[in-house]
Amino acid sequence: MINKGQLTLYIFLAPVLLWLLLLIVIPHIDLFIISLQIEDDMGDMVWSLDNYRAFFDEQIYWLTFVRTAIYAILTTILTFLITFPVAFYITKVMSFKYSGFFTILLLVPFWVSEMVRIYGWMILLRESGVFNHFLLQIGLIEVPIEMLYNDISMVMGLVYTSMLFMVVPLMSSLEGLDDSLIEAAYDLGASKLVIFSKIVIPYILPGITSGAIVVFMLTLGNYLTPNLMGGKNSLWFTEQIYNQFIASFNWNQGAAFGFLLLVLSTLIIWLGLKLTRQNLSKALA
Amino acid sequence: MSFDLEVDNLVRDFASFRAVDDVSFQVEKGSFFSILGPSGCGKTTLLRMIAGFLEPDDGDIRIRGESVLGVPPNLRPVNLIFQHLSLFPMMDVNENIAFGLKRRKLQSAQIKHKVASILERVGLPEYGEKKISQLSGGQKQRVAIARALVLEPSILLLDEPLGALDLKLREQMKIELKKLQQDVGTTFVYITHDQSEALVMSDQVAVMNRGAFEQVDTPKGLYAHPKSGFVADFIGENNAYAARVESADPFRVRFDQELVFEGRAMHDLTVGDQCQLFIRPESVVINPAPDEQLNRFQVQVKNVLFDGANTKLLATIADTGLEIMTALPQDKRFDHVSAGDKLEVGVFQDSCICFR
Amino acid sequence: MKITGIITAIFLALGPASISADTLKLLTWKGYAPKPLVDKFEEQTGIKVELTYSNNEEMIAKLRATRGSGFDLAQPSQDRISSVQAKYNIYQPMDYSRIKTDQIVASMLKAVQNNTEVNGESYAAPFCYGTSGLVVNKRFAPNANDYDALMDTNYKGRISYRLKRPTLIALAFAKGDDPFAKYANEAAYSDLMEGIGDDLINAKHLVKNYWANGDALLELMRNNEVHVAMAWDNGGWKLHEQNPDIDFVAPKSGALGWIDTFAIPSKAKNVDAAYQWINFMLEPENAAYFTNQEKYGTASKGADQFLDPTIAGNFSRSFTQADIDNINWYPPVPARLESIEGKILDKVKAAN
Repeated sequence: MINKGQLTLYIFLAPVLLWLLLLIVIPHIDLFIISLQIEDDMGDMVWSLDNYRAFFDEQIYWLTFVRTAIYAILTTILTFLITFPVAFYITKVMSFKYSGFFTILLLVPFWVSEMVRIYGWMILLRESGVFNHFLLQIGLIEVPIEMLYNDISMVMGLVYTSMLFMVVPLMSSLEGLDDSLIEAAYDLGASKLVIFSKIVIPYILPGITSGAIVVFMLTLGNYLTPNLMGGKNSLWFTEQIYNQFIASFNWNQGAAFGFLLLVLSTLIIWLGLKLTRQNLSKALA
Repeated sequence: MSFDLEVDNLVRDFASFRAVDDVSFQVEKGSFFSILGPSGCGKTTLLRMIAGFLEPDDGDIRIRGESVLGVPPNLRPVNLIFQHLSLFPMMDVNENIAFGLKRRKLQSAQIKHKVASILERVGLPEYGEKKISQLSGGQKQRVAIARALVLEPSILLLDEPLGALDLKLREQMKIELKKLQQDVGTTFVYITHDQSEALVMSDQVAVMNRGAFEQVDTPKGLYAHPKSGFVADFIGENNAYAARVESADPFRVRFDQELVFEGRAMHDLTVGDQCQLFIRPESVVINPAPDEQLNRFQVQVKNVLFDGANTKLLATIADTGLEIMTALPQDKRFDHVSAGDKLEVGVFQDSCICFR
Repeated sequence: MKITGIITAIFLALGPASISADTLKLLTWKGYAPKPLVDKFEEQTGIKVELTYSNNEEMIAKLRATRGSGFDLAQPSQDRISSVQAKYNIYQPMDYSRIKTDQIVASMLKAVQNNTEVNGESYAAPFCYGTSGLVVNKRFAPNANDYDALMDTNYKGRISYRLKRPTLIALAFAKGDDPFAKYANEAAYSDLMEGIGDDLINAKHLVKNYWANGDALLELMRNNEVHVAMAWDNGGWKLHEQNPDIDFVAPKSGALGWIDTFAIPSKAKNVDAAYQWINFMLEPENAAYFTNQEKYGTASKGADQFLDPTIAGNFSRSFTQADIDNINWYPPVPARLESIEGKILDKVKAAN
């Protein structure tokens, strides 16, 4: 017998479960099945692990993944280094009056789509763009420099795209940090450096972790930014998945890559959590 | 006599608001000194200036004879117990207490030894490995004190540390804190808005109001000989009435048209001056002996406020709307008193004190 | 009550659009359905046109994912139909009796019918054609007249092309090879393309970027950031109107000719509307409007009389008779070549 309260609960839960099942679980199962099949010489589908083997056998595939992962980690670290002072300043230094305004200022760029933001950067950085024009005007350079289409501009674009997802969890955990903890440490003889490394950072570690996970996943799964700003060297793993699906019509290989991305990125996050002695439930709480 | 803390003419403004106004005092070595005042009186500002989190606009602070102006908090020989204790939640008890010692670059064996002995001292010898979240309110209190005391500060500053505790624990901690202070001999400067904390624990209490000290005295002195209406009102319970001086010798005041009491002027008051008349509840005598020389008047009991040894009567003075609170001794003599009763009461003239 | 009201309002708002039968869902390229023509069509027929912009690869992927439903009409290139159709069955046979074939250039219709034939049925009708070749800024690169200009150190940092199969094929022609002849021989084709891939990797430092968006490329050329690019002829002609230094050049080893078509997905809901759109777009006046606007050649027979004189001028400026004879028209792509090419292109992109 289900009592009335439970029934209500189930009724409210049903759409969520249905949504999870129909839009997440079933497509993944389907994708997984596809990834385990290859087309034989007769054009028939047969079961095989070749799609997964191809990832490890073909240097270009796993190298692309390694490259993507390294850049995603780098982006995550840079994003943290850039957003932390901003978050700290807004939550702890700035007076309450202005902090709301600056928080909104941080959010404004994210009201437009990623595409528009990236094109904005391209207008600034391109050879005939705003920065070059400015540098030429003040005589710092004599011929325009191409600032786009290299790894630096790509990482910059990725950091810019990810900033919001780092700054929000950082700010919310910094807000939870009672100022008196900082004062107490100061009072007990700690220098500013020690306060940061022993008090502030450990306290907001869950916030850092959740921000880092989100930024890492988003960067790893990004497609637009590496393509548009990175230009010719920026083969990203997602682009390889796209190419398998779209250009090569090889859905099986694409599905296998998709699953590998899922598994390997999960593995990297797991390793990261182990190394920093964090656990996921704490970071997401 | 040597002073651990000397404060001279300290001033601090926030924009146009003067939070601390020309405050001077000395704290004797090894004593328990309290600063008592209502919230917003400037006591926290004063404490933060002593700790080094705020710099004064004027005046001087000397600790053991040396001025500490311009010395940052991490280099001052004082430690502060914060209102919410501010224990570091990501560290265990040992790490919390060792935090300050590590900053002094002590050897780890020495740190270990000191941490263990201070934990012993505050009565938590087995608690080193516990997480902060596993401690009760009183235990947190003790850890916070241990964390500061282990650094052997010249002065320990305490910012209403008992405020967050429940009543029973607060009563218990008051006594413990006093004992601990006597034990270690460190000078304590304690701020609070709770007079009972200040009175029970302190050797000296400064009553602070609107940025300035009204009176610095022993608890007993404050209670028995308040030097201002504010102190009289703030320390202990008091019945206060607006009155006017009727005659100077003998000193009489009239209040609520009808009543004229003989009393004691606490400073120069001339006929016609407005003043405040204070009468402590316990100085009201119920059914005074007929031959006693005192201010007599009739009251009607409104309520008996039973609180064990602290039981009080709330009554209205006959023919006036004024209320008066009187103590009701629990010695069976007045067990019959109940709401609606009419009683004769009296107050000795020495207990009727008047301030401007 | 309030919530029910809101939900009802949402359904009322969304309802008509989603259930109306008189909608044509068109899966096409950017520029293939100019707004004035869409308006005119909607006015004439009362059918609403919903546009989805795409390219060859995505068109196939979309239709493959939905097994041929979700769209009423698609516009793939003629060479990308037969093998895809044989494998995934995403189109339905074209009923040529419902098309006004007399308004289509007969030779082009014939060629498309032949190239899209699977099991005796043909699947497409021609819409427009064009070529891929070089778009060159003659002020900076006066001598760029073949695809190998894309690997010329003289133009270092001023070169751009798509990292897609036409580039591989073009460079194979420039090498003197004939990739189309090797379509049937997978191994030989693979060898050829591997070689082209290596060339591209060696010449990678010369490239400014691999373009993916036609408008962005034109912008780069307009700003003199790129001097030599491989692109469609119409892009070069559009730029020529603004800057006479820039023009489309038919490469010596042959421009690559393509024909884009109309093909009806197998599970199209509004087949009638699809045929109406085909006939409408091939009406000489409408076809001419499209060509004047987008500079692509049209398959419409009578459109010539409505064309701007500049259109003919463009063509004669870029193509001599020899160039025209030299155009390499894409034959149908056999299955599996795409994955060979895909891997090579990935390698090029990943190389440093």
